[in-house]
Amino acid sequence: MTAAPVETGPKSSSERGALARARLLRGLLPAMSLVLVLLAIAWLNPRAISYFGFSLMLNLAVPIALATIAQMFVIAGNELDLSIGTFVGFVGCVTATWLKDTPLVGVLILLGSIGVYALLGALIHLRNLPSIVVTLGMSFVWQGLAILILPKPGGKAPDWLLSLMAFKPPLVPFPIIAALLIAAVVYFGLMRTSYGVILRGSGGNAAVLERAGWSLLKTKIVLFALAGLFGVLSGMALIGITTSADANIGNGYTLLSIAGVILGGGEFVGGRVSPIGAVIGALTLALAASPLLTFMHIPPDWQVAANGAILIIVLAARVLISRRER
Amino acid sequence: MPNADIVRLDGAEKHSGAANMDIIRLDGAEKHFGAVRALAGVDFHVGSGECVGLVGHNGAGKSTLMHMVAGTLIPESGQIAVRSRVEDNYSVPRAQQLGIRCVFQELSLCPNLSVAENTRINHPALRGLGWRRKAADLITAKLDEIFPDHSISAADIASDLSIGKRQMVEVARAFTVTQDPLELVILDEPTSSLDAHTAGQLLAFVRRFVAGGKSCILISHVLGEVLGNADRIVVMRDGKVVASDAAKAFDRDRLVTTMGGAEAREKIAAEIAIQKPETGPLRVRARPARQQDGNELVAHAGEIIGLAGLAGHGQTDLLLAIFAAAAARAKTGIEVTAPVALVAGDRQSDGIFPQWSIAQNIGIRSLARLRNGLLISPQREAELADFWQKKIGIRTPDMNNNIFSLSGGNQQKVLFARALGSDAKIVLMDDPMRGVDIGTKLEVYDLVREEAGRGRTFLWYTTETEELDNCHHIYVFKNGRIVAKLGRDELTEEKIIQSSFGDAA
Repeated sequence: MTAAPVETGPKSSSERGALARARLLRGLLPAMSLVLVLLAIAWLNPRAISYFGFSLMLNLAVPIALATIAQMFVIAGNELDLSIGTFVGFVGCVTATWLKDTPLVGVLILLGSIGVYALLGALIHLRNLPSIVVTLGMSFVWQGLAILILPKPGGKAPDWLLSLMAFKPPLVPFPIIAALLIAAVVYFGLMRTSYGVILRGSGGNAAVLERAGWSLLKTKIVLFALAGLFGVLSGMALIGITTSADANIGNGYTLLSIAGVILGGGEFVGGRVSPIGAVIGALTLALAASPLLTFMHIPPDWQVAANGAILIIVLAARVLISRRER
Repeated sequence: MPNADIVRLDGAEKHSGAANMDIIRLDGAEKHFGAVRALAGVDFHVGSGECVGLVGHNGAGKSTLMHMVAGTLIPESGQIAVRSRVEDNYSVPRAQQLGIRCVFQELSLCPNLSVAENTRINHPALRGLGWRRKAADLITAKLDEIFPDHSISAADIASDLSIGKRQMVEVARAFTVTQDPLELVILDEPTSSLDAHTAGQLLAFVRRFVAGGKSCILISHVLGEVLGNADRIVVMRDGKVVASDAAKAFDRDRLVTTMGGAEAREKIAAEIAIQKPETGPLRVRARPARQQDGNELVAHAGEIIGLAGLAGHGQTDLLLAIFAAAAARAKTGIEVTAPVALVAGDRQSDGIFPQWSIAQNIGIRSLARLRNGLLISPQREAELADFWQKKIGIRTPDMNNNIFSLSGGNQQKVLFARALGSDAKIVLMDDPMRGVDIGTKLEVYDLVREEAGRGRTFLWYTTETEELDNCHHIYVFKNGRIVAKLGRDELTEEKIIQSSFGDAA
């Protein structure tokens, strides 16, 4: 009657409940857009919804999901990586040449490239440079290196990689299992571990972390190194599927990965990212790219443009829905 | 707090009994920021079991001094000793090891993290399996201890909480203990976003904490809080300590005089009584969305209207509704007859443009007037800025400096200049004096009354009862509704508390 109702006033329980509901809905949005794309495919071509159909349609989903996760780590620290696409291409070229012929050198090059990513993080933090500029510059470096290694399409994936990517588990297609595994591992690492909190906090309010005695240099290095690691995994997975490499093979991944993160409920600033959402976003993009368009009988000449249109529609829908929730 | 006096005696005895048991001692601390001397050789110490009140104008050097105690700033000269041991490489991690914590004035939670996760940031020891559970238990237990009936869950995301709740979390977090000891907590304006009820809970907890032999530095612009809770009061002015004495040796007037803030509040009351305005044309007629009876807010030209009640009971919502109604010119049950400007309360997120200069921050509400053809005239922008710099005394060498070069109180003055320099006839104020020093406050009060005398209307939400002295009418809010309307002459603190806690009359 007197003091008690004050604390459960308008600002507390009811409003907070509404905010939590809005967040839950936003969290479900990526899943809903995936279901929508799946329904469209099922309606256009019911036979695609099968073990074999999914294996085919989601063929390229694994490398896209890995590249999206790489981008997500960078975005978690309020930065943007415009070089991830050409980096994936560079890794592909290394995988199809050095890693097959002289595995030790190949492994060293790939580890070194992760090291370069870590150094980029350090450079961006120490010199206070805009990551967009640094990574845009690096995208040309990776592209140039890729062309040096493989001037024309060719090379061959190592056999163990080919057999890994061709793995056919019973009941559930491999890309789906791989996606679940990636999502689970990254979710645990970034969202549940105690250092994951620090990594996300560096995107949320860097000054607070610094005052609490955490090294922002270290968080930035870790985030970029993780981006490098997942970029390497993405490039290898891609070559495992395509069997041979091309210096331009990953160029589309830069924008796909950014779109995947945003589609998955992430935001460009503020450390608000979601690993599970990012993987779902990547799957949605992979499905909405060629399979859906082919079933809609859109000629290949128009598919890239149509792909862009779908991207705009899906992202606009996300913005509209989350704005209404506010 | 019936036993506060006894406790304070205990604390004082302890202090005099072990006078050399200082938790921290700074000797001759000095610091410059560019040409501005922030600290000019300050000696400062805190004993164990002592609550030191620190008061002074914004820009007097309190925050700089506290940043040194917390290790975030290093003095240019002078030394820091903790427990009589000189610390040569004093830093944040070192301060934490020694048990010195700080709740900074700027709200410092990561908005994207949950309450438990924000707790983890300050505790490197919260790791390994089950750390989430441990962090949640730790912060919940402390919240329960300080603010019973707080209704905050450890899983809540910080950005979902109201500003008051965020401050409660921050304060509670500073008192949580894992591996490092806890000796001294610096509370910089800890009650600025709390209502009277929760502020009382916090201050009672601080007394219990100090009675347990720990120490506390309490910085507050609400002088009553400092007088009532500190054992010793240190007054700063212009980067120096100008007085340090037992709290009992001070009263309100002596504090204000020592700080250099001049006039007492009786003057305000007298002035308001004199210039009681004749009723001008109607400016605002508004009814809160949840209002069920016929109560509505009515404001005429030249009136200063106070919105009172506990924090977060619909005052801000009504101000924003009025602001939206004025912008959209829509009929939503709210009548607004003149241009409106809003002075935001949460200035970091709603008020200032962080990348812009002081002059640009002032000019943004008046762009139409500053225009020259298609472009903004830098000359007119500078004129406007200079006029307001002189008028309300914004302390800066150059109005083209970034807004962050100003202290908090001066940033708030910029927001006032933005609103008052515009064509707005109605000024909405969303508790704008939060964390502003008394000198600045008195200056702004004068300004508000002067502008009201010229026919401007002010709608003023405030959590500080003293500020309501400036108002002609007061509306008390509870649960999103207006529950009482008080005239100036019927205004007493009891009456407001009675209306805010009681049932809707």
